[in-house]
Amino acid sequence: MTEAPSALTRLGRLMADNPLLPLTLLLFLLIGVLAVMNPAILSLFWAGNTIKIAIPLAMLAACQTLTMLTGGIDLSVGTVATITAFMTATLAPLTGVPPAIAVALACAVLVGLVNGFGVAICRVHPLIMTLGTALIATGCLLVYQRYVIATGVLIPDFLIWLGTGRSLGLPNSLALFVPFAILIIWAQRRSGFGRLLYAIGANEEAARLSGVRVWQVHLTLYTLSSLIAGVTGMLYLGQIKTASLSLALPLDLPSVAAAVIGGTSIFGGRGGYGGTILGALILTVLTTMLTLLQIPEGGRRILFGLIILAVTALFIRLTERS
Amino acid sequence: MPDSADAVLDAKGVAKRFGAVQALRDASLQVGRGQVVALMGANGAGKSTFVKILTGVLRPDSGHVKIKGRESTVASPAGARAWGLVPVYQEPSLIPDLSVADNLRLGDTAMEPFRHWVAELGLPDLQPDAMIRSLPLASLRIVDLARALAMEPDVLLLDELTAALPTDLVARVLKVVRAQADAGRSVIYVSHRFTEIAAICDRATVLRDGLTVGDLAIEPGIEERIVEMMLGGAVAAAVTEARPGRPVASGTPRLRVRGLRTGTRLTDVSFDLHKGEVLGVVALEGQGQDELFNVLAGNRRASAGTVEVDGRPKAFSHPADAIAAGLTLVPGDRAHALLMSRSVRENIAVPLIARIRNWGAVPMREEAAKVATAVETLQIDTRAQGEVRRLSGGNQQKVTIARWIANGVQTLLLFDPTRGIDIRTKRQIYALVRDLADQGAAVLFYTSELAEIRLACDRAVVIFNGRVVDVIDAAEADESTLMRAAYGLSERAPA
Amino acid sequence: MRRWIEANAWTLGLAVLLAVLLLATKVIQPGFGATGLDSLARAALPFALATVGMAVVVIAGGIDLSVAAMMAVASVTGAVLMAGAGDGQALLAVIAVLALGIAMGTVNGVLIVVTRVPDIVVTLAMLFVWQGVALLILNAPGGGAAPWLRAMSAGGVALPGLPQGLTDWLPRGVVFLAVVTALIWVPIRRSKLGLRLYAIGSDPLAAFRSGVPVGQTRIAAYAICGLFAALGGLSVTMSTGIGEPIPGPYLLASVAAVVLGGVVLGGGRGGILGPILAVFILRTVRMDLTMLSVDPNVAAIIEGTIMVAVVMFGAILATRGRKA
Repeated sequence: MTEAPSALTRLGRLMADNPLLPLTLLLFLLIGVLAVMNPAILSLFWAGNTIKIAIPLAMLAACQTLTMLTGGIDLSVGTVATITAFMTATLAPLTGVPPAIAVALACAVLVGLVNGFGVAICRVHPLIMTLGTALIATGCLLVYQRYVIATGVLIPDFLIWLGTGRSLGLPNSLALFVPFAILIIWAQRRSGFGRLLYAIGANEEAARLSGVRVWQVHLTLYTLSSLIAGVTGMLYLGQIKTASLSLALPLDLPSVAAAVIGGTSIFGGRGGYGGTILGALILTVLTTMLTLLQIPEGGRRILFGLIILAVTALFIRLTERS
Repeated sequence: MPDSADAVLDAKGVAKRFGAVQALRDASLQVGRGQVVALMGANGAGKSTFVKILTGVLRPDSGHVKIKGRESTVASPAGARAWGLVPVYQEPSLIPDLSVADNLRLGDTAMEPFRHWVAELGLPDLQPDAMIRSLPLASLRIVDLARALAMEPDVLLLDELTAALPTDLVARVLKVVRAQADAGRSVIYVSHRFTEIAAICDRATVLRDGLTVGDLAIEPGIEERIVEMMLGGAVAAAVTEARPGRPVASGTPRLRVRGLRTGTRLTDVSFDLHKGEVLGVVALEGQGQDELFNVLAGNRRASAGTVEVDGRPKAFSHPADAIAAGLTLVPGDRAHALLMSRSVRENIAVPLIARIRNWGAVPMREEAAKVATAVETLQIDTRAQGEVRRLSGGNQQKVTIARWIANGVQTLLLFDPTRGIDIRTKRQIYALVRDLADQGAAVLFYTSELAEIRLACDRAVVIFNGRVVDVIDAAEADESTLMRAAYGLSERAPA
Repeated sequence: MRRWIEANAWTLGLAVLLAVLLLATKVIQPGFGATGLDSLARAALPFALATVGMAVVVIAGGIDLSVAAMMAVASVTGAVLMAGAGDGQALLAVIAVLALGIAMGTVNGVLIVVTRVPDIVVTLAMLFVWQGVALLILNAPGGGAAPWLRAMSAGGVALPGLPQGLTDWLPRGVVFLAVVTALIWVPIRRSKLGLRLYAIGSDPLAAFRSGVPVGQTRIAAYAICGLFAALGGLSVTMSTGIGEPIPGPYLLASVAAVVLGGVVLGGGRGGILGPILAVFILRTVRMDLTMLSVDPNVAAIIEGTIMVAVVMFGAILATRGRKA
């Protein structure tokens, strides 16, 4: 039929079909390098700690994975997480824990609805839309902050347990994360909604011709993304134990990087959460390495950017050929 | 026939392949000084590929293109111009948000000669600072042509320029083109329109299946010979079982279309499609058939006319509406229809998850069964888990059809389903279409390959200039009848 | 004359809106005068320069998300080079920073053309890269700025022959902006390059067929954006006196101002004046809100909402326009 595929094409196909393989290899390679650099570092405690740190990143990266599958992105996740964390901590002394959590999550959902509206109905590019809502939401947070400045802070105990506690040497946050990850991984292939994300990302026009009302999917997607970000915020609150106004912002860009490294294409239609989890782990280990090497923050940013660019460019080359 | 050595443009033995499809096998064309040569061929014969190779947009796999005796290294429009070859396409190459004058500046074209030509072509009052976006299509074509003429090309290539132009402008264009030739320049004229070709062309080169099958001098009455050439000899040698005639069903037609109109190309189409019937659609490129199918599929709105499904008037604002009414489209371009990076199974199952109530857990076994049935019915030749991108064209096409088999077929709209497909798969598709009709479905079958009408359809409507100009029964649907009708040469009032 | 008004209706509308807002300012605070205008201009300057850069890229059919990051790089580079340097050296430093801006923009453009990755993705990645570069050069606000440079943006302009009272009303910031934009953009706009920028934004295929070197032109657009980003970064250093490695809120503000200024997000239409007016409108709104003692965070919300609404509106118009 066509010419026999070259080695590079076959590599591309292998990577496209089984992205988890090279990623797992990469992860173990990095851990190996780390062990060489500092043999004392490897231990169950370190492993537990790495997982604990990676989990909030992985959860925010889930938002990116899901939105990137449709060719979109959600840059408001860090802000939303920060907001829910802050609101929970400051409302709890006033209203008790459950209403505080409910209100905080409701705000997250609201942001998601606005994002969804902009992307689905107005067809604004998700990148710009989510940047915009992040800006507005930050303003709202700062206004809110003034009203609660005197009320004091209460971080619910169970969040602390989730965030920092350990059982059997493993972090308690796994109790939240494992069902979450299983749900996402199952849903992406086994639920109609998950499949539609891939379909829309692969070929929105074809999906439309098959009867998919794309705006419905987009609206649901971004609302869901913000909801996940909200839950992550509360988990992160339990981990950091401070009501900070910039709590989860440093996780914004790395969440994108984790998804990209994990094999989710920024153009949509390809990838999955399994790879993203590995991507988050790889980034966390990489950060440890960079800290050991004493690479300054600036160098880390440059690396993030170059990695994203290189992976995307490579993707384009490989998929053009195969 | 001019000697190759004298020819201003000499293309010989040009071949081009795209993946599994051989678009051109051995195409050639010669144009001498002061000649107007028509380039003709049915849909899919390779004309547009050939034009792209001549103008440097594509490189041929073999063969050569010589301009003024030298091997052409043209690789871009700017380069083509340097070689003296200027193409003018159906969609004007003008920047919508700039003025006429700015467009000229962009291409370093002098204003004076341009104004001369624009006046010659019938628009002496054209304002140079008029915004392109504000001008009607006919004027834009004139501007584009005038710009090309102002560049004083040695070879002017006109690609279906007169489509959708009013007759008086057409007359002027023809006059100007002929004058070019008389002044010693050369013109390649790609067109379907016999009257025009007879009026201004010296010769005609005919393409069929990627081959140049003829190079004739234009004389009165040459049309029949040209039509013959475009069809070839006994084409349907291998597959000849014509569809047994079926009585026209009575009762409410599955689909009733009246006065349908949209855009500039679909003007007034009316026909009936009955249950159990396969109705063919025959048309040259760009006669409105794209728009017709898009309206029926819910992908585009009609500006006038009615569509009735099973007697009930319907208006579709989204493909989901059409699908709910049982009308399902198999688009001609597989790139529009398929999720290339997903598996066969996912592609086939998309309509099953489209509606919100299906967004939850997918009933895997049920889905697998439906997909398997569809794969089997169509004899799709692959494991259902690989990427669809890797399948052959024929199998990809089957996947697009399979999608609706799995979802249940009531009215199937097939748009050129066999283009670029191997003969075996084609036969399978004809058989499938007949089976579907026998089971009660209604099928609307547009094809650019006329031989298929007899093999798969009961009747055929012929569309020309956005209207139905003929309705032909399968028994009489031999290729030359269809071809003549498609060219508007036999105007019979629609039945 | 009438034709001209029709063609520039949007920009004229913006000018009228700005005039109205300034009048409103005078009403809110009767003491608002030359100094107020001056500080408005100084605050608006970095936004305006970022917006001009963004407008050029959008007109050419693209977008550059790394604008604010490039400004940060320019700001810190300038501050570091100028710290404690003499006047002559400072001048060289400014030239070096401008060259750096062009270089950064060119890198963006080349990556977009060569890798064929969409501009949004490339400039998003480069946003991190340039941010990192800025942090490496200066990981906390610092450095210095030459006094003559600082003086360039403050106060009124003394024009010979005109009474002081009048020229005090012409903020240096505005003059600086006008001069810089006129020197760079106007010649480009009139040249072949300007036509080509509009062409590739309006219809890349037609442009290609008309002989326009699309790749080169695209790179030029991003290079120009880099140049204006460098100017923007310098203007930040000019007004604060130090270098600022963290990118400011210039990205969304510039996109919103571009859209508000009548430049279609799809490309090919609009000019530079509209976005500049839009910047001043947005800044005046913020200033008025401050004068009305509106909580600055609430003001930020209002501003953000206006920007998002504008972008949404612009997107709807763009899709309508493309469909027509």
